[in-house]
Amino acid sequence: MIMIPSSCYLALSTIIFVIGGVGVLVRRNAIVILMCIEMMMGAAGLAFVTFSRYLNSLDGQVVVFLVMAVAAAEVAVGLGIILSIFRHKETTDVDEINLLKW
Amino acid sequence: MEMVLFVVLGAIAIIAALGVIIARKAIYSALFLLLNFCSLAGLYLLLNAQFLAAAQVIVYAGAIVVLFLFVTMLLGEGRESSKFKVQSSNFLAVVLAFVLLVEVGYVVFSGTLTGTQGSDTPEAIARVGNVQAIGQLLFTDYLLPFELAAVLLLIGIVGAIVLAKKIRNPKSEIRN
Repeated sequence: MIMIPSSCYLALSTIIFVIGGVGVLVRRNAIVILMCIEMMMGAAGLAFVTFSRYLNSLDGQVVVFLVMAVAAAEVAVGLGIILSIFRHKETTDVDEINLLKW
Repeated sequence: MEMVLFVVLGAIAIIAALGVIIARKAIYSALFLLLNFCSLAGLYLLLNAQFLAAAQVIVYAGAIVVLFLFVTMLLGEGRESSKFKVQSSNFLAVVLAFVLLVEVGYVVFSGTLTGTQGSDTPEAIARVGNVQAIGQLLFTDYLLPFELAAVLLLIGIVGAIVLAKKIRNPKSEIRN
C-alpha cells in the first residue's frame, strides 16, 4: 500500500490554519472569532497526529488529547466572557468592545 | 483508496473551513465548524489514530459545537456592523495570510521529515491496541500534564460559572 506523503497532511493542516487565521482577523463577531481559533487548534492537532504517525511515536497523539482538554476549557471560559460582555454592551461585535480604551 | 479518502476528506475540511469564515450567520458558521471537525476525525482515522478520532467527535463535535450553538442562540444574531466591508485592514489580513501560507508551504514541501523514529510502529500499536497504548503513555510519561489538564478543566468550569452568572444586587445576596 502506498503511503500518502506526510507533506500532503501538513499542507492541508497549513491551509486550514491559515483560513482560521484569516477568519480571526476579518470577522467581527466574537463568537465566530472563537470558532476560528478552535479551527486553528484543530489544524495544529492534525499536524501533531501527522508527525506522530510518520515518526512512529505516540507522543503527538497524547499532546492532541491534552490540547482537546485545553480547548474545551478555553471555549467554556471564552463564551462566558462573551456572555458577560453582552450583558453590559448588548453586542458581540469586537469593534464595539473597547472597554480598555479611553 | 487511501488517497481518494484523503482528497475527499481534505476537500470537505477546507470547504467547511471556508464556510466558517464566509457564512453570514453565526449558526451556519457553527454548523460548518461541525463539518470541519468531523472530516478532521476522518483524517485521524486515516492516520491510524482511532482513539483521537472518537475523542474528536465526542469532545469537539459533541460538546464544543453544541456550546457554540447554545450561546449563539442565546445571544441572537447580533448586528455585525462592519462585515465584509472592503477595509484596508481586511485586505492586509488576507495578504499576510497568503504570505504565511506560501512560507509554511515552502517549508513543508522543500524538506523531508527528519527526526528520530520512535518505537510505536503501527504493528507495535496494533498488538496492544491504540487506546491502551495511549493510556499507558498518558499515565506514565505524561502523568503530570494529564493531572494539570484535569485541574485546568475544573478551573474552566468554575470560571465559566462565575463569568456567566447573573450579578444580583448585594441586598438580595445578603437576604439569601
